[in-house]
Amino acid sequence: MADFETVHHDVLVIGAGGAGLRAAIAAAADGVSVGLVCKSLLGKAHTVMAEGGVAAALGNVDDRDSWKVHFADTMRGGQYVNNWRMAELHAQEAPARVRELEAWGALFDRTPDGRILQRNFGGHRYPRLAHVGDRTGLEMIRTLQDHGIHQGIDVHMEWTVLTLLTDGDRVAGALAYDRERGRFRLFAARAVVLATGGVGRAFRITSNSWEYTGDGQSLAYHAGAVLQDMEFVQFHPTGMVWPPSVRGILVTEGVRGEGGVLTNNQGRRFMFDDIPENYRAQTAADPDEGWRYTQGDKNARRPPELLTRDHVARSITREVREGRGSPHGGVYLDIAWIKERLPHAAEHIKKKLPSMYHQFKQLADIDITAEPMEVGPTTHYIMGGIRVDGDTQMTNLAGLFAAGECAAGLHGANRLGGNSLSDLLVFGQRAGAHAAQFARAHDEAAPDPRQADEAARIALEPFSRPSGEGPFQIQQALQGTMQELVGIVRRDDEMTEALSQIATLADRVARVAVDGNREYNPGWHTALDLGNLLTVSEAITRSAIERRESRGGHFRDDYPDKDPSFAQFNITVRKGADGHMELHHETIRPIPDALQQVIAEAG
Amino acid sequence: MTTPPTPGLSGVPSRAPASAPASSDSRTATFRVWRGDATGGAFHDYPTETSTGMVVLDAIHQIQADQANDLAVRWNCKAGKCGSCSAEINGKPRLMCMTRLSDLSLDAPVTVEPMRAFPLVKDLVTDLSWNYRVKKQITKFTPRPPDAPDGTWRIQQADVDRVQEFRKCIECYLCQDVCHVIREHHEQDTFIGPRFFVYAAALEMHPLDIADRIPALKREHGIGFCNITKCCTSVCPENITITDNAIIPLKERVVDEFYDPLGKLVKLFSRAHRG
Repeated sequence: MADFETVHHDVLVIGAGGAGLRAAIAAAADGVSVGLVCKSLLGKAHTVMAEGGVAAALGNVDDRDSWKVHFADTMRGGQYVNNWRMAELHAQEAPARVRELEAWGALFDRTPDGRILQRNFGGHRYPRLAHVGDRTGLEMIRTLQDHGIHQGIDVHMEWTVLTLLTDGDRVAGALAYDRERGRFRLFAARAVVLATGGVGRAFRITSNSWEYTGDGQSLAYHAGAVLQDMEFVQFHPTGMVWPPSVRGILVTEGVRGEGGVLTNNQGRRFMFDDIPENYRAQTAADPDEGWRYTQGDKNARRPPELLTRDHVARSITREVREGRGSPHGGVYLDIAWIKERLPHAAEHIKKKLPSMYHQFKQLADIDITAEPMEVGPTTHYIMGGIRVDGDTQMTNLAGLFAAGECAAGLHGANRLGGNSLSDLLVFGQRAGAHAAQFARAHDEAAPDPRQADEAARIALEPFSRPSGEGPFQIQQALQGTMQELVGIVRRDDEMTEALSQIATLADRVARVAVDGNREYNPGWHTALDLGNLLTVSEAITRSAIERRESRGGHFRDDYPDKDPSFAQFNITVRKGADGHMELHHETIRPIPDALQQVIAEAG
Repeated sequence: MTTPPTPGLSGVPSRAPASAPASSDSRTATFRVWRGDATGGAFHDYPTETSTGMVVLDAIHQIQADQANDLAVRWNCKAGKCGSCSAEINGKPRLMCMTRLSDLSLDAPVTVEPMRAFPLVKDLVTDLSWNYRVKKQITKFTPRPPDAPDGTWRIQQADVDRVQEFRKCIECYLCQDVCHVIREHHEQDTFIGPRFFVYAAALEMHPLDIADRIPALKREHGIGFCNITKCCTSVCPENITITDNAIIPLKERVVDEFYDPLGKLVKLFSRAHRG
């Protein structure tokens, strides 16, 4: 093996968003040595973008709320293909994880009696999202960061992992390079936690930053772990659509939670036109009832704008396709209208939605207190990811754990807003604690030396190709393929075409060339990310072809209805012995009677 | 510390934009971008197409994709929330993602260079590690015991609102970049800079916090070096009133604790009394 600089940690956490930070804190609390590797600087990960809030059944605003209702809401939102054990643990433990943040310095908005205030959000039966204005994610990541830096965690900023190293069927560490100098380093570890977030960069229109290239999913897959539910991608209904340079930037669901309405170019509130059967009893009968709901009337039902994200995104797509969209291919989201109902509405909007006010004013010359926004769907989140044990978050590869967006299970076919911030706290903590336990119980493994050599050799190849295609052009081509052919509305023939395009793109990636040297070279970094993007794109496409029904975030034009037979299993993806992707149907364990009862009671 | 020279000294000759504006919302503009590392560098001119709504970061990305794959730049959210893409645009410290081209004159080249108060890594990327070391030196959040038996606290919204301004900080470090104590006087060893006065203010004014950071602010953190020129406030992309709302109140607390003669007398007596 080449003489790599080697760093030893008991637990290596890859990714420093909310899940990675929470995992690192939990592992450090157990007394083991912890290394935290992140692609960006600390505190810049995508958690910072989360706006609306963190879902936890604290019951501070409506005491009818409980973990049971939260559990039932999560299962309903996920269309019952969730890992029910994760949904159960998540609903039970989220309140304690939120309160713990307060003990570490987070400041949430308050109720009149001084407790944590909670707001309404799509698919949540009661006001459940602890929040601070519309910058909850920043409050959370900063709290975890500022607490974490005093816990003895070794932080390796701007390092990117190239490959996981294994020792037989056990994880043994990772090989990474630093962005600044391009040096390789071997991280030897007894346990590894993947907390790398999502895959948004596989699509052209996305709310995700450059970092979200499916690293964790791809690293796990190539190391022998199993992926599941990769067909379930969440297209957030409200991204900015104009001007072009901001297309995809998120507009928080909090706008609708505060009373914002969606209208088409005829001024019609089209969300009232198609209310799914399983949500009819929970949805307002008219605009007036919807408005009262947003203002805290406990007897009112939620407006249809707060139906689940998959449904709202599809409704917007329908309006645009049928010619009722806004000038730039979206629909209107109007919060300014509340001035008909509230005195001092402009001040109220600026106080409740300060970031949104700022964002539109500065990037689009729109004053949201006076005029409607133009919005449309944007790739936001992947429900699928690395298959884990619900209690420990361990994968099928011993010592390899996953938490947060890169793990699968909690959200099933569709994630409720606010459930990702609680997900990363609950399962970040669990993954970190169980990884520490694993590290205590096992000696350091012996990484296979050939794996590190091979990864380093492949990583340097783009420099040695005298001429070839640039990495950014290939990335844009892949994003176009996924956006056009495996996007919000899917068909067999289009996705089959996508697979053949992905194969062609793989050939182009094999010939990619980069200029310059190894020092802080974004062209090289992008070239190395392409492999991960290809892996997750193929997994998404194959899984989406396999699911011949429509459910949650996965909508098939050729199979527009839900098929109960597809509720019996998750689609899993693993690397076959011949190196090709293999798909399996993994039967969902029957839900225990007690939990079945909880769902039945929730109605 | 390596800082790139100013444009006038080493800017390479401009390559004239190739084409005239195609339409009212699309034209070619030139971006004069600093390229180099700790050993030196120069400005390079890149003509690129611009269109409606574009921000400086879009132009940099376009240049990176089409003309200079290895142009180093940090960015993440592209929505003014993560504070990664700080740079000096036409000499002003700003976020590239929130600087619209429509707010700049495109008749002359737009200068884009790294933050000059920090050591250069490459192109637009600087070494910010000093900031991370400084933060660790500040006494961490230390809450009073919980108010309720279930381990929770009761806090009034007004008390939350009071510190919101400071907690909005996205750690872009533009305030550090513009601060003359850091930029010109290089007092990094004895002065923590505006960002960390804001951080300290957020903790000192946190409704639950009971630690006392005032002695450290005076002795180790150098708050006395700040002579309230308000440069930091003027560049803050979050519009935090850094000087008036964070630094001056902290300075007042330092005065109250160390320089108030009446207070000193009271302390002396109470100590004598206890002794």
